[in-house]
Amino acid sequence: MPKGVLYDNTRCIACRACQVACKSWNGNPGEETQNHGTYENPTKLSAKTFTAIRFREVEDDGKLNWAFAKVQCMHCLHPGCKAACPVAALQKDEENGPVVYDDTRCFGCRYCMLACPFEIPTFQWDKPVPWIRKCTFCADRLGGGLEPACVKTCPAGALKFGERDDLIAEARSRIAASPDKYIDHIYGEKEVGGTSWLYLSDVPFEDLGFRTLSDERVDANPQRVLKTVPWMFAGVAALMGGLYWFTKRRQKMSQGESGDREKEEEVAK
Amino acid sequence: MKIGKRSLPIGTLVLGFLVLVFIGVAIFRYWKGLGAASNMSDGRGWGIWIGFDLYCGVALAAGGFTLAAIVYIFNLEKYHPVVRPAILTAFLGYMLVAFALLIDLGQPWYIWHAVIYWNIHSPLFEVAWCVMTYLAVLALEFSPAVFEKLHWNVPLKYIRMIQIPLVIAGIVISTGHQSSLGSMLLMTPDKLSPLWYTPILNVLFLVSAISVGLAMVIVESSLSGKALGHKVDVSLLGGLAKAIPYILGFYLILKLGALLAAGNLGLIFTEYPENLYWWLEVIVGVVVPVVLFTRSSMRQSRTWLFVGAGSVVLGLVINRFNVTMLAMRMRPDTSYFPSWMEFAVSIGLVAGGVLVYMLANRFLPVVEHHEVHDEVQQEVHHEEAQETA
Repeated sequence: MPKGVLYDNTRCIACRACQVACKSWNGNPGEETQNHGTYENPTKLSAKTFTAIRFREVEDDGKLNWAFAKVQCMHCLHPGCKAACPVAALQKDEENGPVVYDDTRCFGCRYCMLACPFEIPTFQWDKPVPWIRKCTFCADRLGGGLEPACVKTCPAGALKFGERDDLIAEARSRIAASPDKYIDHIYGEKEVGGTSWLYLSDVPFEDLGFRTLSDERVDANPQRVLKTVPWMFAGVAALMGGLYWFTKRRQKMSQGESGDREKEEEVAK
Repeated sequence: MKIGKRSLPIGTLVLGFLVLVFIGVAIFRYWKGLGAASNMSDGRGWGIWIGFDLYCGVALAAGGFTLAAIVYIFNLEKYHPVVRPAILTAFLGYMLVAFALLIDLGQPWYIWHAVIYWNIHSPLFEVAWCVMTYLAVLALEFSPAVFEKLHWNVPLKYIRMIQIPLVIAGIVISTGHQSSLGSMLLMTPDKLSPLWYTPILNVLFLVSAISVGLAMVIVESSLSGKALGHKVDVSLLGGLAKAIPYILGFYLILKLGALLAAGNLGLIFTEYPENLYWWLEVIVGVVVPVVLFTRSSMRQSRTWLFVGAGSVVLGLVINRFNVTMLAMRMRPDTSYFPSWMEFAVSIGLVAGGVLVYMLANRFLPVVEHHEVHDEVQQEVHHEEAQETA
């Protein structure tokens, strides 16, 4: 059964212990940043930063709401990165949920970066031998029966790890119990075919920088088209073969006629 | 006939310089990494090396399979003089694509991984295989020019035997990857502007590639005519130009139909600033060439043939820039403009291609015999004029 994580931003205190735990577990270095007036640090994900807390000031009924959102790879059920990668370097662990990246296959085409609707995969631009990097859902910890590092560390109980279906039920019950607190939507339940990471929020998701996405998988149209490829190959080959035969035959026939005419003229002479 | 020695013309020196700059930049790229050599970033993972060198390069090389179809399948002998230059242009174009990839890929030494690691659900996997096999097909299709020069008659005979299967293979493979470059962008339904995103994007890519293939043959013939002295018959180029408005008209109908079907036709007026890019692409790439090439007087003028065909080419470049960069959403707070090194690579690769094209025309039987004769006559007259001066 696929696992998931439920993030409830009403419980999050934006302490960013999850960021530290993630760096610690993955051995990622800190990044030098500049303070431009936001508490976000760093302000975006990178090859060294797999997760970060977003801080947004949202006006809510004339009151200021300081809203938070933890961002990291969503570990989609039908990942665009997996569909895009030409050498299958990104794979979905169907049992546990993580979308895992295989260094040994990747040659750095960066199509996964384009394909991800959440703009997650990041690249080691500063390295002569660069890889793609992103949140791993602590696949190694999951394999050992442990929770992801960020979930384990969260002191406020904003992160809950478990079976995806159970988490959706839990999320629904939280919304039902406090309908005035929550936006009536579980982000990630249906978006792009569903993601492993699910979100509850007390402000509109757009205000947190979570775009409104279709429920359709991002690879729906590419799959539709790719299915037609073998037919297209066969059809074009047959069409060209047929046209060649037809035009050659017409050429032979007209040459035959002029050849006959020459013979007639010779005979007549 | 003696051909006097000339010092290298200024154009060749400039092209050579551009290639040298490219080599220097390439070395820097491998030494310091992609971040140092380009302005690409996590917010914009693909820049002009993909948007121009790959996406435009592949489309602009479409003259190879279109002319091969016209001459060898539809049997229109009239166009025979341009089929070999078209195949050479296509071969060089795809070689440039390969070189650009060796620069752009993060780990180009693993480019062969697509041969052993397969994801058949990836449009890029299909593109990679089609481009690999098509390079081989183009090399084989061009090889008679080399074999003729070397007088290797046995290989020549074998190639001639498989010529038609090769041509058909080339058409099939080209149809595959020209359209799959469009399919690749179908993976981004909410990132690519709805002015361009449509489930038939692969068809639009194929149709535009066919039109620009013909246009590039006109452009390349015009430029070769000026630079190398072999002029192709105006009626031949005019014949190609006559077909272009039909292909572009069909393309525009598909494009508008797709917008209409999605209920997005109004966006061409409201979706600012992308609508400006859309209008530019349509006016330069469709309206101008159609207006010019539907007039037979224009199709008989070398100048207007070049202008019209050049407009098709420019329009295609604008379209590919739009779909890969200008109308493709980036991460918030990201901006992108190519670094001088990115320009140096793209320009240097084109310069190298032009140089090789000129060398090939000098040493191999690319054009018909009587046209080479004209060039030699011109050189002799030029020297005679210099001697009497």
